[in-house]
Amino acid sequence: MMPTVSMFVANTLVHLSSIDVAIVAFYFALVLGIGFYLRGKSNTGEDFFMAGREMTAWVAGLSFLSANLGALELMGWAGSAYQYGILATHWYWIGAIPAMLFLALVMMPFYYISKTHSVPGYLKLRFGEDSRILSAVCFAFMTVLMSGVNMFAMAKVMQIVLGWDLNFSIWVSSLTVAIYVALGGLRSAIFNEVLQFFLIWAGALMIPVLGLYEAGGWANLKVEITQRASAQYVHLWSGLGHFSTNPMGIHWTGIVFGLGAVISMGYWTTDFLVVQRILAAKDLRSAEMAPIIGAGFKMLVPIIVILPGLLGLAVLPMHLTGEAQAAITGGHSYNDVLPLMLARYCGPGLLGLGVTALIAGFMSGMAGNVSAFTTVWTYDIYRPLINKTASDSHYVSMGRWTTIIGVLISVGTAYLVMQFASIMDYVQALFSFFIAPLFGTVILGMLWRRASKAGGFWGLLCGTASSVGMWTWVKLDPTALRYVALSPDAKGLAQDMYQALWSFLVCVVVTVVVSLASQPRPAAELNGLVYGMTEVPAVGNLPFYHKPLFWAGMVTAVFIVLNIIFW
Amino acid sequence: MISIWFFIGISLLVNGALILAAGIYELVNPPAHPAIVLFNLHANVWWGACLLLLGIVYSIKFAPKRHA
Repeated sequence: MMPTVSMFVANTLVHLSSIDVAIVAFYFALVLGIGFYLRGKSNTGEDFFMAGREMTAWVAGLSFLSANLGALELMGWAGSAYQYGILATHWYWIGAIPAMLFLALVMMPFYYISKTHSVPGYLKLRFGEDSRILSAVCFAFMTVLMSGVNMFAMAKVMQIVLGWDLNFSIWVSSLTVAIYVALGGLRSAIFNEVLQFFLIWAGALMIPVLGLYEAGGWANLKVEITQRASAQYVHLWSGLGHFSTNPMGIHWTGIVFGLGAVISMGYWTTDFLVVQRILAAKDLRSAEMAPIIGAGFKMLVPIIVILPGLLGLAVLPMHLTGEAQAAITGGHSYNDVLPLMLARYCGPGLLGLGVTALIAGFMSGMAGNVSAFTTVWTYDIYRPLINKTASDSHYVSMGRWTTIIGVLISVGTAYLVMQFASIMDYVQALFSFFIAPLFGTVILGMLWRRASKAGGFWGLLCGTASSVGMWTWVKLDPTALRYVALSPDAKGLAQDMYQALWSFLVCVVVTVVVSLASQPRPAAELNGLVYGMTEVPAVGNLPFYHKPLFWAGMVTAVFIVLNIIFW
Repeated sequence: MISIWFFIGISLLVNGALILAAGIYELVNPPAHPAIVLFNLHANVWWGACLLLLGIVYSIKFAPKRHA
């Protein structure tokens, strides 16, 4: 009944049976079917680019979370958990939850009331055309390049895990995404992201369940990890008093201020890839509830990402190493831990679902990039700079073609990375340059009425330039890391944290100084854009358990308790 | 419009049925040397059944005519 299917290469991490292949094939058929079904329901700009602004809080919230829950993220953070222990959980808790709640309660009213189509669109309303164009061009350029880099990385994973040919993975996945996003627009991307959310949980949950059974429970797992690695691998905060007392080489100030206060705030509140999903909510209450629902589930994601990495430390017979060493020794790298655990516990059928979850994660991440790119290109670059007066149907047509062209540029980037591997590092660094300063610009724009057009533009430009400058400095002289990250013991991840913190501060200082030296905008122009100048509609006479503030409080309480339990 | 939850129900239903079928096949014809650890727990039988049941509930509850 179930002969092993040889997919191009015999020596792979896992082998799919015919049932597994059927599950993967069904996934492709279903997402294409959804795209064709939604084709006739995406005829206006509001439908195609904003999913008709009719998503419920649950759909918008799960899509918001899924857009970030890509396959590379799952495998990468499972590998980080194997390498650094439970410290990797910070990227899911303090590195996400406060920012999501801040987005819901503080920022979302301004995004939603202003009826903007995008984050650059908000900058246009608040700081003028220059800031919009700067952020739109940077975002569009980086998004489409990141999509290509992720495409190549995922094809590489599929080659290692399943033995699939690189060209096969790149073209099948990219054409599928191009078809269903071009047909159904943002609504199609959101539908598939919610589907992916369920597939990821259904496909990945067996690893921690069976892993904990094999390890003898959480208490025994901690003992085993302490013996094999160190006690600091199972503590979130107790080793962060000094750079040298934890596996990550980071200080708590970097985690709290760099990751929690700047990087995560920048990503979750201003990266249009995720914010676009919330803008599609049907009303303000749904838009506020969506990130709170996302935060609730985000707290659970370590169960299927971090826990498998920790279990790998305890139960896998082999020792995993970094990519470079694995390439020399022929062994497995940290990033292989999730597929290795999948192959350890999942037989026919379950293995197919696990692989489908990885493919779905990759494709929905790519769809997220492409749909965000399409909206920013059409509304924030093409319309203001190239064709201001076209009809709505023209912009929808432009959106469909941009989707296909965006995918083709991504494919081109993937092949470029295949030829010049170092491009991948540069593109990933590029993306981090922009997020922290953008957060500084947006948050000052929302909370400080005195911020002027010139202040916003120059703050964003100088913050981004400072980030590029610090990265270049460390690239040319690696010893400079001790200055950027404040310690000679600091490692790569610490650089990201502090680089973000400094570039955010540069952005804020420049924005404040330039704003105070330039003309403020008239108060009448700030209505709906700035705190104190905007009347936020009340959520209505609802019972307390329907109010966003109540659920934000519940999520906060659970977040605090979890950090204390795993201190 | 067909609800997103209906599509999810169909996905869970089909995947659950396939996984359950694979699990029952292995239960009836157990391999001499199982390739996975904890084979004796037959995870694909009970997890496939859970997904199948959840899929049936979603598919019926959010079926296009009923939901409309």
